[in-house]
Amino acid sequence: MCLAVPGQVKSISERDGTLMADVDFGGVRKDVCLQYVPDATVGEYVVVHVGFAIQRLDEESAKQTLANFEQLGILEEEFGAK
Amino acid sequence: MKYLDEFSDPVLARRLLDQIHAVTTRPWAMMEVCGGQTHSIIRHGIDQLLPPGIEMIHGPGCPVCVTPLEMIDRALAIASQPGVIFCSFGDMLRVPGSGRDLFTVKSAGADVRVVYSPLDALNIARDNPDREVVFFGIGFETTAPANAMTVYQARRLGVRNFSLLVSHVLVPPAIAAIMEAPNCRVQAFLAAGHVCSVMGTSLYPALAARYRVPIVVTGFEPLDILEGIRQTVVQLESGSFAVTNAYPRVVPPEGNVPARQMLEDVFEVTDRTWRGIGMIPASGWRLSSRYREFDAEERFAVGEIHTDESPLCRAGEVLQGHIKPHECSAFGKECTPRNPLGATMVSSEGACAAYYAYRRLDLVEVGA
Repeated sequence: MCLAVPGQVKSISERDGTLMADVDFGGVRKDVCLQYVPDATVGEYVVVHVGFAIQRLDEESAKQTLANFEQLGILEEEFGAK
Repeated sequence: MKYLDEFSDPVLARRLLDQIHAVTTRPWAMMEVCGGQTHSIIRHGIDQLLPPGIEMIHGPGCPVCVTPLEMIDRALAIASQPGVIFCSFGDMLRVPGSGRDLFTVKSAGADVRVVYSPLDALNIARDNPDREVVFFGIGFETTAPANAMTVYQARRLGVRNFSLLVSHVLVPPAIAAIMEAPNCRVQAFLAAGHVCSVMGTSLYPALAARYRVPIVVTGFEPLDILEGIRQTVVQLESGSFAVTNAYPRVVPPEGNVPARQMLEDVFEVTDRTWRGIGMIPASGWRLSSRYREFDAEERFAVGEIHTDESPLCRAGEVLQGHIKPHECSAFGKECTPRNPLGATMVSSEGACAAYYAYRRLDLVEVGA
């Protein structure tokens, strides 16, 4: 139920006074309500749950986390602590 | 897909696992609250790669599983009424009520429809002004903003033939209830990342301090889960019990402010019964008085409901982490995803369904 998937905002429009976006999930396109992430822009990634963007995906943070994983254990290996 | 594949990288997974092995000196038991995380752990075999003493206790974070039987029976009664279009997420259709489920009711002629989003149900209501359209609004804090927005829109657009059958549940009171249970073995929590992406993390430091348990906000991909476990073990080994965030790309500390404001307007806190667990005080949301006219419980009189739970099913013990699914004698025998006795065997987040889908050859006697 709490499954939420990142997708890329392709276009933004207003429908019945509600902010909606066309979001691309690796080739699958869905209509998504953007009312909770109103400042998302075209090209950005948002995290979508049951047709609603609930957060923007912070790409910088994603890259930083992966870079941290790359570094894990490297120091110990270099200093022969393992 | 972008940002899913990157967080499934096997080389980095090995690196994280090595770190977990390196920092672990003794056994620890931690609970992943969210059923989505349970599925990811079992599907990828993460629990089998951990140091032998590290136990993952599967938590009650499966909304389909904890929706009270009385509410399922109420849904079945409403769906059976003439003129009603009953809309639900697909997971709910096979959840056993007292003797039947939404599929049975549908095959008997009721108009039951699976929707992807609650907004789809609202559109069905606008397209069918002469019918009553009910959406089964279940879920944790992740799903509640979608249902809140839908009711808000129904009121704003004057869609009076729409109503919500609400059975929302909340994570922090469940964590407290688990820690207060007399036989609790949980020493730390992986907090549900998407719940926190909506609600933020402000409620957790008080829980961590009161129960002296580390709480690590954790995502859903293999690397996210391994990093959540790594941060948890590091804390446990050092005797610390802080709240840390292993899912910062999706969880800012404040959560989603517009969503929280909407939740505040549309819902109010209420006591809620959790299927298999019992009543947990202040553990749910119901519609606030401003939106009460859209409450399906108020709109439909269904008479008295007498519930009847399977005597074989031990889902309650599974949901509280007292037993693992395969320790139930009905697992894989009387109870399968095709013929589930309890909701934990139905849901894509139920622990029994996860064990059945990914491990049945290991655990169920062949030919039994």
